[in-house]
Amino acid sequence: MLDQLESLYEASLAKLEEVDSTAVLETWYRDTLGRKGSIYLMTRQVGQLSADERPIFGKRINVVKNELEAAYEARLAELKATELADKIASSAIDVTLPGRPLTSGGLHVITQTLRDIYRIFGDMGFQIYRSPDVETDAYNFELLNFPPHHPAREMQDSFYTENPDVILRTHTSAGQIRAMREYYPEPVRVILPGMCYRNEQITTRSSIQFTQVEGLAVGTNITFADLKGTLTEFARRLFGANRETRFRASYFPFTEPSAEMDVTCFLCDGKGCQVCKQTGWLEILGSGMVHPNVLRNGGYDPEVYTGFAFGMGPERIAMLRYGIDDIRQFWNNDLRFLKQF
Amino acid sequence: MLVPLSWLKDFVTIDKPVEQVDRLLTNAGLEVKTIEKIGIPGAALEWDRELVLLAHLLKVEQHPNADRLVLATVDYGNGRSKTVVTGAPNLFDYIGQGDISSLQIFSPLALEGSVLYDGHKDGRSTTKLKGRELRGIYNDAMLCSEKELGISEEHEGIILIQKDANSPDYQAGTPLQDALGDAVLEIDIIPNIARCASMVGVAREYAALTKQPIRYPDYSVKMEGPDVDGRITLTTENPELNPRFVGYLIEGVQQTASPYWMQHRLRLAGQRPINVVVDISNYVMLEMGQPNHTFDYDFLRRRADKYNPDGPIQINTRLPHDGETLTTLDGISHKLEPYSILVTDPLGNLSLGGVMGGADSEIKPETENVFLEAAAWNFINIRRTSTKLGIHTDAAFRFSRGVHPSQALLGANRAADLLRKLAGGTVANSVLDYYPNPPEPVTVTLKLDYARRLSGLDLSGAEMAELLKRLEFEAEVHDDHLVVTAPDHRMDIEGPHDLVEEICRMYGYDNIPSTVLSDVLPPQRGNPKLEQEERIKDTLVQAGLQELITFRLTSKAQEAKLMPKNHAAGPDGRPYVTLTNPLSAERAEMRHSLLASVVEIVADNSRYQDRLAMFEVGPIFIADEDEILPTEQTRLSLVMSGQRTVLGWQNGESGTYDFFDLKGVLQALFTELHLDISYEPVEHPSYRPGRTARLLLGETQVGVMGELHPLVVEQFDVQLEDDDQPVLAADIDLEALIAHIPSHYPYDPISPYPAVHEDIAVVVDKGVASQEVEEAIRKSGGFLLKDVELFDLYEGSQIGAGKKSLAYHLTFQAPDKTLTDKVVQKSRNKIIGQLKHRLNAQLRE
Repeated sequence: MLDQLESLYEASLAKLEEVDSTAVLETWYRDTLGRKGSIYLMTRQVGQLSADERPIFGKRINVVKNELEAAYEARLAELKATELADKIASSAIDVTLPGRPLTSGGLHVITQTLRDIYRIFGDMGFQIYRSPDVETDAYNFELLNFPPHHPAREMQDSFYTENPDVILRTHTSAGQIRAMREYYPEPVRVILPGMCYRNEQITTRSSIQFTQVEGLAVGTNITFADLKGTLTEFARRLFGANRETRFRASYFPFTEPSAEMDVTCFLCDGKGCQVCKQTGWLEILGSGMVHPNVLRNGGYDPEVYTGFAFGMGPERIAMLRYGIDDIRQFWNNDLRFLKQF
Repeated sequence: MLVPLSWLKDFVTIDKPVEQVDRLLTNAGLEVKTIEKIGIPGAALEWDRELVLLAHLLKVEQHPNADRLVLATVDYGNGRSKTVVTGAPNLFDYIGQGDISSLQIFSPLALEGSVLYDGHKDGRSTTKLKGRELRGIYNDAMLCSEKELGISEEHEGIILIQKDANSPDYQAGTPLQDALGDAVLEIDIIPNIARCASMVGVAREYAALTKQPIRYPDYSVKMEGPDVDGRITLTTENPELNPRFVGYLIEGVQQTASPYWMQHRLRLAGQRPINVVVDISNYVMLEMGQPNHTFDYDFLRRRADKYNPDGPIQINTRLPHDGETLTTLDGISHKLEPYSILVTDPLGNLSLGGVMGGADSEIKPETENVFLEAAAWNFINIRRTSTKLGIHTDAAFRFSRGVHPSQALLGANRAADLLRKLAGGTVANSVLDYYPNPPEPVTVTLKLDYARRLSGLDLSGAEMAELLKRLEFEAEVHDDHLVVTAPDHRMDIEGPHDLVEEICRMYGYDNIPSTVLSDVLPPQRGNPKLEQEERIKDTLVQAGLQELITFRLTSKAQEAKLMPKNHAAGPDGRPYVTLTNPLSAERAEMRHSLLASVVEIVADNSRYQDRLAMFEVGPIFIADEDEILPTEQTRLSLVMSGQRTVLGWQNGESGTYDFFDLKGVLQALFTELHLDISYEPVEHPSYRPGRTARLLLGETQVGVMGELHPLVVEQFDVQLEDDDQPVLAADIDLEALIAHIPSHYPYDPISPYPAVHEDIAVVVDKGVASQEVEEAIRKSGGFLLKDVELFDLYEGSQIGAGKKSLAYHLTFQAPDKTLTDKVVQKSRNKIIGQLKHRLNAQLRE
């Protein structure tokens, strides 16, 4: 009987070698080690053995059983690994095919630019203040120290309405007096975003409608040096930490002293390129110390209070950042343009 | 303004390269827009210092073999001379005059190997000069025209420069770069630097910036003629509009061409040389900033013969009579404004003061006797006149920005003396100078503390005074303040703040430190309305829509497209904000409808795009008869049309947007905002009947949504894939919406107990709104009913005509226990009972 067991053992191992799939392996297991398998059947024959032979046979059959179990486990692991490898090998895809397109939306590039500006000035304590698009001549000009027929009015061609005192604002500076009158006597730190309008021929560089962000800080301890520091900080956050700024004397009726701020060109690092017209500098914003007449018109005594103001064009900033060469793109709203931002 | 560097050098020493000059001026507020170099390194055509030289003309002879050529012999320095073959017609006059060296005529000489522009070709093509035989005579040099040197397009003759007492001291052999080379700066004259609208004005700034003295022009005048008294009288009716009037009489003027040096400078400064009288007038204005005007004296005299035969010419400045007209020297007749001040005599007007001369009294070719005017005018008045009449002369440019009356006499002196020197005139003895009220100099007290507080600079009084003195201010230093007197030409100085700017400019903006704001931080209030608008934009972007920003200027006609033609409702009757000076009729009104703006953009994009899903948040403008300003109301408009998804390579058709896509977007938005909005069928002329709903917030209508009326879609010319493709739109009042967005809302706890799901299907009349069914379910379901979700809608033969079946998933859940079947069944039965009772619904088994 022992011989019989040994030959069964040999035969089973040989069969196991031939098994080539997990399905066949399960059949092998059932036939060999299952409840009615050949090993089991042989166990049942123990009774035919003598008392001396029984323990020897019993011991041996246990060893065979365990070895066959182990061989089965090993074979199973082997087959699974092979089958997985085959499955992986046969299911390769062309990873260079395009991904499924999302039906995503997007914010207008000017909204994105405005949010960048809001965030930076918000961190410095500047709140957002909005004022009307359709304004009185007083808020847009007179209270900002542009007397009637003043040559400075020539710098901004206005759209007039049927009411001679009402125009479309030519700059968001128009909101300065409104903000001051609302907040007096508190210190003021606001930015004023909004749409402005000028009666100019529409070209690649100018539009009858454009956005502007004005800034205004009024307090008892605000200097031209603070203006330089605040705006330089802004420029570095918007255009990069390594940017340098340069302030040039300029003129706005509502500020004195006035300054134009240039930033080292972020496209060529100030070396000179086509965008900065080989100067290495990009003109970014106009600024200055609030004119005493304007402070007075806002309710603040210029003997006590000082302040600074600045204004910039988000379209210009976006044009510089993305190399946009036609300002008309912004309001044309061609999806092929808008989707790029 | 165009400023040749060589001209500036008359008044101030400039030893820095032009790039540094640019930086100094630009930083100080005289922005240099462009630099054009002529002949010098960096110019489009650089004149070789060895090969292009100034030559002295010695002799001109006829070419022996050619009628139209001459042989010009020149000295070009260091004892070198050369005979050049040339066809320049302006040399023919000198043929056969023998030695003409005493005439002191100079011309640019280019030697073999030099590179020049080809004078005989159009445009600017360079050519290298090579020696060759010209009709039997070998020639290896040439005398040049302006075109060949790149100075102008002039190539009729060569440049001939007369050297005399008034000209620069030309020397034979000087590299032409040093004689005629230049850099022309284009400076942007912004309103507060009107004082810089002249060479002297720019030189004065440069001198101050480089701590140098300025050399003013020679303002003396030699008066050798007979007395002017008794020949002309001057009066002014409005001294506030015409504070000063200076007149000179110059007799015996020869109207020749002006000397080359003057023509050359005028051309570089953008003026066309005409003749010596006109050129001097322009030259003096450009040089020192005072515009002046010349009249034909004999013409004035002939008129005087009619009104005052035995007495003087009577010049008077006054305002126009009613309906008075004037023909300016450009031949255009102007109807005069009541504020346009005139130079007149008793017979009528002669010129438009400070703006332009009259045609009749202008200098004519035969004029020998000149009456020269240099006056001062009120700048606001000149600006109004020049703007209203559309006359933009160089004189009006300067006068409308302010020229101090003190300059009138200086300018008159300079022009009169140049007419004497360059045009052979004799200046009549004594000057007419009507100047009744010379203004007091402007004196300003500058507190040192104020200057420091404004600038952030810690300077002493003496340091501030030194900076101001560089700009010709007088400054007395006191303990805590300066008393500063502004020079005449500083008409922009009004108060101490102006002086602080000057201190900062002279100190150098770049040298002022940069500091962080240390002032008290104001109360931080945020901007809740803007924050909500931005949140709404973000939500719609997440829903797959693209934000637009459109033109707020539109036209009534454009907005009328939102109404089908001949619709009974008629156009929008609310008043518009209308422009009186629109750029075009298409952009003449501030919009009433944001939706019209968005649909316009959708139509544009429909030519290129299959999927259109866009929105805008922005204001509309409704004029208000009781208020000076219109009401600006923030609205939200959405438009969706076309493919639901962008089709990739795997997708099949995803279908096109319909009403419920738009509604899904709106529902997502209102869920995000925690607003309870209900929908109700409504009729609206812009929308397709039967597919339109109004949005209700409580009882208040806050917007309309639906499918745009096919006729509206057609009017906007939206390009559709097929006629049935709907264009969905919503137009919502954000003011009302935002006002109701809760800042806080309670959170709904998640129950740990299992939920029980039940489905019911009910059959109702087709006309019953599903919203009513859902409301009835929710009302009757009690607090255990957590959720109601429609999952099927069926209409058809199985349930009979005029009926529809609605099937719902119901979710029941208790916060504190596991629900029993009994409890759920009770609730379910109550719902079914209520539906039966209220909506006559039948349970569909």
